[in-house]
Amino acid sequence: MGEATINIVIGGEAGQGLVTVGEFLSRALVRAGYAILVTQDYMSRIRGGHNTFVIRVGSEQVFAPTETIDLLVALSADTLAIHKKQLGANALVLADVAHGLADLPGLAIPYKELCPKPLYENMAALGAISSLLCLDPAWLTGLIAEKFAKKGVEVVAANTGVFQAALQWTAAQKASFACLAPPVRTETRLMLHGNEAIAFGALAAGVNFCSFYPMTPGTSVIQTLIDHGERMGLVAEQAEDEIAAIIMALGASYAGARSLVSTSGGGFALMVEGVSLSGMIETPVVIVVAQRPGPATGLPTRTEQADLDLVLYAGHGEFPRAIFAPGTPEQCFHLAYKAVDTAERFQSPVFLLTDQFLADSYRDVEPFDLDSLPPVTRPETSVIDPVGYKRYAVTPSGVSPRVLPGFTPATVIVDSDEHTPDGHLTEDLGVRVTMQDKRMSKLDGLVAAALYPNLYGDAVDATLLVCWGSTLGAALEAAQRLDAQGETAAVLHFSQVYPLVGESFLPVFAEAKRTVMVEGNSVGQLARLIRRETGYVFDALVTRYDGLPLTAAYILERL
Amino acid sequence: MVTAEEYGEFETAWCPGCGNFAIRKAVVKALTTLDLPPDKVVFSTGIGQAAKAPHYIRVNTFNGLHGRSLPAATGIKLANPTLAVFAESGDGCSYGEGGNHFLAAIRRNIDITYLVHDNQIYGLTKGQASPTTPKGQKTKTQPQGVPSNPFNPVAVAVTMGAGFVARAFAGDTDQLADLIVQGARHAGFSLIDILQPCVSFNKVNTYAWYKERCYTLDATHDPTDFGAALARAMEFGDKIPLGVIWQGDRPAFGSIPNGPLAAREPDMAALSEILASYA
Repeated sequence: MGEATINIVIGGEAGQGLVTVGEFLSRALVRAGYAILVTQDYMSRIRGGHNTFVIRVGSEQVFAPTETIDLLVALSADTLAIHKKQLGANALVLADVAHGLADLPGLAIPYKELCPKPLYENMAALGAISSLLCLDPAWLTGLIAEKFAKKGVEVVAANTGVFQAALQWTAAQKASFACLAPPVRTETRLMLHGNEAIAFGALAAGVNFCSFYPMTPGTSVIQTLIDHGERMGLVAEQAEDEIAAIIMALGASYAGARSLVSTSGGGFALMVEGVSLSGMIETPVVIVVAQRPGPATGLPTRTEQADLDLVLYAGHGEFPRAIFAPGTPEQCFHLAYKAVDTAERFQSPVFLLTDQFLADSYRDVEPFDLDSLPPVTRPETSVIDPVGYKRYAVTPSGVSPRVLPGFTPATVIVDSDEHTPDGHLTEDLGVRVTMQDKRMSKLDGLVAAALYPNLYGDAVDATLLVCWGSTLGAALEAAQRLDAQGETAAVLHFSQVYPLVGESFLPVFAEAKRTVMVEGNSVGQLARLIRRETGYVFDALVTRYDGLPLTAAYILERL
Repeated sequence: MVTAEEYGEFETAWCPGCGNFAIRKAVVKALTTLDLPPDKVVFSTGIGQAAKAPHYIRVNTFNGLHGRSLPAATGIKLANPTLAVFAESGDGCSYGEGGNHFLAAIRRNIDITYLVHDNQIYGLTKGQASPTTPKGQKTKTQPQGVPSNPFNPVAVAVTMGAGFVARAFAGDTDQLADLIVQGARHAGFSLIDILQPCVSFNKVNTYAWYKERCYTLDATHDPTDFGAALARAMEFGDKIPLGVIWQGDRPAFGSIPNGPLAAREPDMAALSEILASYA
């Protein structure tokens, strides 16, 4: 990778349409057979400010974002000033002739001449970029025809006309810019960001209820579910607050829905009592927490991995849980699917911990093989003795046969108070101990089912970069660069961060020359958790908490 | 026909003389009248003495957290509209901790019947002021008297155009049972605010206090007349009207599926087509 990629930064004010340019270009690139990785950096405002939509494109897999810019598309005058320091050796700038190039190498695009109305400037920008990348224009003209079809042939023709004019104008400038290498891939890929992939994994697992209160960057999971809710038979309800959202999800789950909630740290803070309730009434719920920097409101639209401790300890009292931390959209899909099954199987709250970077990061994704997905655990559909049915019957696994109210002659009683096996509240302290032991015994099952961390490369005598969640790509690229420099490196990635199984990673740590934990927070939360659980202390810690995603360069500078 | 016996007999944790016993009796009478078998009924409750009620009746029970009976009931009804869903809790749980959910449930107008045991005090936590305790009433934690104005749930519900709003008194079991039946039959959100004494912690609003003041609305009251309903809702002092205060005709919450969500399996062919559109 590295030199084989082109990093395109589209910058401008909120409301200028840079996301339109970015999404059109990304999709065209994916359709053409390229690998992409998108990073969206935006401010918490509707208009103005300065945002970027960054596409790193290559012929092979693109792991992570990078700082160096190859093509800077400046839709506003501020873009050049903010990003000129990142320009690479052969970089080119595309700016509005009205703003000028500020002596930087590039093209000053006469948008006013090329566009009959400012509305078409996005198409002119796409034409210029397409020409410089030597991308077959058919990918973008096809996309323009498709996306504007509903607005009529005249709109399609007008947009295509501007695109073609900009394409020809740019070609005539004979700017020196290295074309994209021809794509090597021919098979179809999807373009999905992490949160879309989570929503689709959930839908594949049969999630049919979601209640929510909007909060960036968790909302796009819900938005994707709602976009396809009618067709997939999903019920969505916007709740009055996050407390209502999770309690509603638990009510629905009790009644037989497969429920999911999605939020960010601040909203999740309100949901905490519901997590404890889920643990006590042993009612499944999947909780997506898309992290952003805190404390409190923090940086609402930036990224961080600082809520591991929060989800690990959220909820008063002791009860089992599982926490998944996907590293790619593929893992988002498969772990969302697994989270639904895990919640149903262990009748417990299960978390998916993602973050703004991954949530908004479009990638090229191999289509999912829906036919090979394992079955999802479902409640029992009958009871032998309806009158004697005990929702919390004590079993060796701690998992009690769960039936749904209204589906059998049994009545189903769940209670947030300590309860007897039949669900009725009790203050019998002996029963209390029995029931607490029963609930906690489900942790053994969760441990047995836990995903081991994935090892990428050979850890023997290597610099072992250990990471979790969205940091995977940056660690992989850093390891690749270390290898290229002659230093053996490998990556161990945790896609499940709780419960941990020491035997699955301690021997790998022992083989390595040095172990470096790489995390997007300031204290090293997974490093601390591993130390608490196993006593293991990492040789070094690389942290990032400035709101931006980790990159290979950032990691390498700190090794 | 469902019989009262099917709802069982249980030992309770309530104080002798508590209004909850009368409310329990009225609930069983109403469920019997509605001919609802126990396995087709769900009671969602919060926390408090009132919230323990479904432990003493054989029904499906979701005894959740303080203030949260309505969100749980909403989720249950959305997931399985074939169930008859009741929410039940006290005045502190319903109007204090759960105040936001109360407003949202009225707006949503989902088909739930909400039974609020309103004894104008916190009983389980032993005698603090609740949202409906009158201003100036002295309690252990408000020794100078309650500084805030009381919440009038009935007036709020009428003003917001709730589906069905009634006020009842635990001392009149037959009337209460009848109001529960009417509320349950109303398609939409039904509030039944049930006045009841707390024999242990409210020495002001006693049986005698309510009996002196409560009267039953007669046929001259038109519960579909908003102005008249609001006037009766605001009447809470020397005289307190009982009965159906307001009944609107707003359609019940719209997006309820036809059958239980539990019976649905994901349509993988549809999902495959949707995913293909992301290429």
